[in-house]
Formats: sequence, C-alpha cells, structure tokens
Amino acid sequence: MTTQTTAGPKPVATRRTGTTRAPGSRLERRRQRWGWLFVSPFLAVFALFLVFPLFYAFGMSLFTSTLATGTKFTGIGNYVKAFTDPLFMEGLLRVAAFAIVMIPAQLIVALLAALVLDSLTSWLSKLSRLLIFVPYAIPVVIGALMWSFLYSPKFGPSATLFTAVGLPTPDFLASGTIFGSLVNIVTWQWSGYYMVVIYAALRSIDPSIYEAARIDGANGLQTALRIKLPMISSSMVMVITFALIGTLQFFTEPVVLRNIAQGAIDAAYTPNMYAYSLAFSYSQFNYASAIAFSLGALVFAGSYLFLFLTRKQSGLK
Amino acid sequence: MAILNTRGDRADALTTVTGVPDHEYRGPRGARGDGRRKGGRRIGSHVFLIILAIYFIVPIWWLFVAATKDTAGLFSSPAFWFDDTFALFSNIGELFTHQGGIYWRWLGNSFLYAFAGGIGATILAILAGYGFAKYRFRGRNGVFGVILGSVMVPLTALVIPTFMLLSQYGIINTPWAVILPSLLSPFGVYLMRIYTQDAVPDEMLEAARIDGAGEIRTFFQVALPLLKPAIVTVLLLSVVGTWNNFFLPLAVLTDPQLLPVTVGLNRWTALSNAGAGGEQVWNLITSGSFISVIPLVLSFLFLQRYWQGGLAIGSIK
Repeated sequence: MTTQTTAGPKPVATRRTGTTRAPGSRLERRRQRWGWLFVSPFLAVFALFLVFPLFYAFGMSLFTSTLATGTKFTGIGNYVKAFTDPLFMEGLLRVAAFAIVMIPAQLIVALLAALVLDSLTSWLSKLSRLLIFVPYAIPVVIGALMWSFLYSPKFGPSATLFTAVGLPTPDFLASGTIFGSLVNIVTWQWSGYYMVVIYAALRSIDPSIYEAARIDGANGLQTALRIKLPMISSSMVMVITFALIGTLQFFTEPVVLRNIAQGAIDAAYTPNMYAYSLAFSYSQFNYASAIAFSLGALVFAGSYLFLFLTRKQSGLK
Repeated sequence: MAILNTRGDRADALTTVTGVPDHEYRGPRGARGDGRRKGGRRIGSHVFLIILAIYFIVPIWWLFVAATKDTAGLFSSPAFWFDDTFALFSNIGELFTHQGGIYWRWLGNSFLYAFAGGIGATILAILAGYGFAKYRFRGRNGVFGVILGSVMVPLTALVIPTFMLLSQYGIINTPWAVILPSLLSPFGVYLMRIYTQDAVPDEMLEAARIDGAGEIRTFFQVALPLLKPAIVTVLLLSVVGTWNNFFLPLAVLTDPQLLPVTVGLNRWTALSNAGAGGEQVWNLITSGSFISVIPLVLSFLFLQRYWQGGLAIGSIK
C-alpha cells in the first residue's frame, strides 16, 4: 500500500535511484524501457564489434583449411598446434619479459615524477609536468618512427650524444640491444600519461594527513612510502592493469622498428605480429584466429588474475 | 628567496589545475624549521625534473629540427641543430606535389576517422553511462559486469576477426571499416557511468520529471550540462585512441588513398629503407611526422584544464 507512489508528487528527498520503487508498476516499466533505450546503441556496437568477432574467431579457429582438402573441422587442433608452436611460445615469453621490465620502468618514472611534482609549486615544475606528458599526444607510430631515426646510425643523433660525453655509440638495433631500445620507446611514450593519473590521485589526498604525519615526526620519505603510496594504490592498480594489457598486445613499436632492424626483429617477434603475418602474408586465417583468440584469452586471464590478487588495494570486489 | 614565494605559487597552481579535486591551500610546506635543507632538496627535485623533461622533449626537438632540413642536410648537418638552409617550407611544398599530395589526403583521413570514431564513441558512452547510472532495469548489473570485463579484452585480438567479418559484408577497404569498430569504447562507458553517478543528483532528475519534463528533455537539459568534464575527457581519449590506431587500418585498408597518416608515413619509411635513391623521401617523412603531431599536441595544451582532472576519473574513489 505505502509503496504505491507511482502517481502524483513523489517524496523526492527520500529516494535514491528508485530502490524502493514498486516492481511491476507502470512507471517502473516505463523507466526500465528508458534504461534499455539509453544503453542499447552502445550494446549494439558492443555485440557487433566485440562479442560477435570473438565468437566468430573462436568458430574459425576450430577449422583448418588447406588447398588440398578444403575446409575441415579440426576441433582444438589449432590450439594444440599453437601451444606447441615454438614461434608463438617464443613470442609469448618475449612479451612476458617485456611486461616484467617495461611496466616497472614506466611505473617508477611516473611515480617518482608525480611525487616530486606534488611536492613542488614552481613554474618550472608546472612546465615539466606538461613536457613529460607531451609524448602521450604523439601517435605511437610517429613516436616509434622518431626513435628509429634517433637510433639509426645513418642519421647519427645518438652518435652525436654519445660522442659528446665521450662514450662509444652502441648499436641500438642489434639483436642483443633491440629489447632495451623498445623498452625505452614505450617508457618515453607512456610514462607521462601514467604520471598524470598518479599525480591527480596524489592531489586528491586530504593534506591534513601530512600535517598529522609531520607532527608525529615522519620525514618526507616516510610520508611518501607510508601515507601517499597506500592512499593512491587504487590508481596504481589501474595504471598497472592498463600497462599489462598494452604490453601483452605489443605490436606497433616492433613493427615500425622492423623497417630498419629486420635482422633483430623477425615477423613473429610478438604474438600479435605473428597472428598478423599468418593472416596477411600466409592467408592462414584459421590458425591466425586461434593465435589471436589464445592471446586474447591469456591477456584477459592475466589481467583478471592481477585484479583479483590486488582486490584489497584497488577496492574492487 | 624562492622559498618565501610558496604561497603565491600554490594559489596559482590551484587555479590552473581545475578539475582535480584539490583542497584548500596546503600551507607553506617547509617554511617552518630547517629552511636551508628544504631549499637544498628543492634544488635536487628541480634538477631531477629538468633531466626528466629533457629526456621527454629531446626527441620532439630533434623532430622539429629535422623537419626543417632537406634530405642532404639530414645526413650531413649536426643532428640537434638547424642546417644552413631552412627547408621546412620547401618540404611542405614537396608534400603537396609528391605522389599528387597524398600526404594531405592521409592527414584528412586521420581527421575524419578520429573525429567520426571519437565523437561517435563518446555519444554512445554518454548515453550508456547515463542509462547505467540513473535507471534501474532488469539485467543492468549483469550487462555492466560484462562490459567492465571486456575492458580487459585486448582490442588487437579483435582485429583479425573484425577484418574477416567486414570483408564478408564487403565494407573492407572503405572508411567504414575503420570508423565502425572505433565506436567501441567500453572504458568510456565505465568512466561516464561512475562520473554520472556522482555528478548528477537523483533529486535533480526527479525534480525535472515532476515539473513535467520528459526523459529525453531531462537528459539533455539537466544531466548533460553537468557531465561536461567527463565528456571532454572521454572525447579526448577516444579521438586520441582512433588517431593512434595502427593495427586496424593496417589490416582493413589497402587503398593508398584511404590510409591514415600513421600508416602512410610508416609505408614511406619502409619504402625509403628498402628502396633506391628515387624512393627515399626522408625529408618528407620528418616534416610530415612533425606536421601530423601538431594538432593533437595543441589540443592537449589548450584543453589542459579538462584532461588533467578528467584522466584520473575512475582511479579516485
């Protein structure tokens, strides 16, 4: 009886998002419809360009087509092949190694920069904040092109720098050094973005906490480690998750560097590059689908696991 | 001297970093106590920042300098300083004539794809975010959970299946092949939902409805104006995302006239590395790269006050 408040003026102040609204009432049904109406355009795109391609890829991956026998159902055959394919496995290990080196590198730069920026107020610090962020506004391809020029012995900017400080110029594009060269490009490109996210989180901390810490005798380092870091842990988790997803699908930078370092970067350098060359150089779409789907599943599982392990820090349930 | 100036600087910082949930004036940190030691640390922090800023800006400086050189100058003159001949304008002129001025076509394509995809994705995200935040409909939590989970699906894993799907519909090698998949932005929906939840009070919506406004009018006149910071952020993120995209256009476009500038410049680089003298257009690659980064860098500079706070939405609870 009392919940039938569908018509007439409603007790506005007591209501939060309609939790108490009677189910099945006319207004309720109308609201339900509007909710679906608002989300449906996105859901259509979501179904068409995410759900459907995923199922399609999975379906494709269960078949094998050859010129001799035509298209045949082979079940999990392509997956067995993928996980025993040394090219795919090497690529997976390589992106895992990139994740282990590259994510801490970006995080340390971003975190240090954000902590220092948070403690300063000069025009110089404001300018530095912008300059550190600028690479994010540059397309990844252009960033990688730029660095490939900088690394290139033909154009010699790196030689200029190393000679200036009296060091021999290393070959950035040899198979032993290309790993570090790629780490450098990614760190340069993304640290500024992560820095801005961490910086904004630091700015949202109530400064009276610092006051309390200072009265308790905490120095700057202790304040940073024991107060600031724990209070921004949810941002850190978000940043690491993004970095993890990005690193495991590594593609653009190695593809661009491959232009000048064919010897050091082969066509199966990362799983994504392998899938691309299988599909577009060898027309093995079924096997390429299996590789793409496996990679997608591994990235999803990896980031899900990470979020699960850090659920305390991030506050996610 | 500079230490005494903290108050003024902090006030200034507060006014520029709008959007970041900042607090009252934090007080002149370190004005009390051992001022000299604080001053020393401040110098150390500034040196650290300057080194970082140099690292992040030097490649861009190199690109600017390189854009002003002709091909001979690129190889012979000092890498980080201007050559005797200032060739930027003749390079730009050459961009208009080389291959019939295809470079400007590429730049136009990039704008078209980035804005059509970015604006579309933003509209879908606003509608869906509002729907999820402000309507309780059956299945809401389940559907939103799936969307949230899909943030962790690597979009590159979808490129090959999307290619196969689009080629069945016959829209491969058309602008639609890039624009339609770019409308998908699960992270944008997530951002809009959590922002809408806090920024649009239910009471205001109820009041508008009581005054007789329909659902659509309530959305446009009450909710939308309150969402401006989040809209700018999501728009910026999705425009940048599409502008940056490399894998998708690389896979779905083969017609040189349709390429975005990123794929086009990479193609020129591959040709210049592999080809003979006539195909080497290094001066066009450097000046073309430089021109292509100007629009985004400028929009980030001008929209500073929005993204600095906006990028952190979702990481601050």
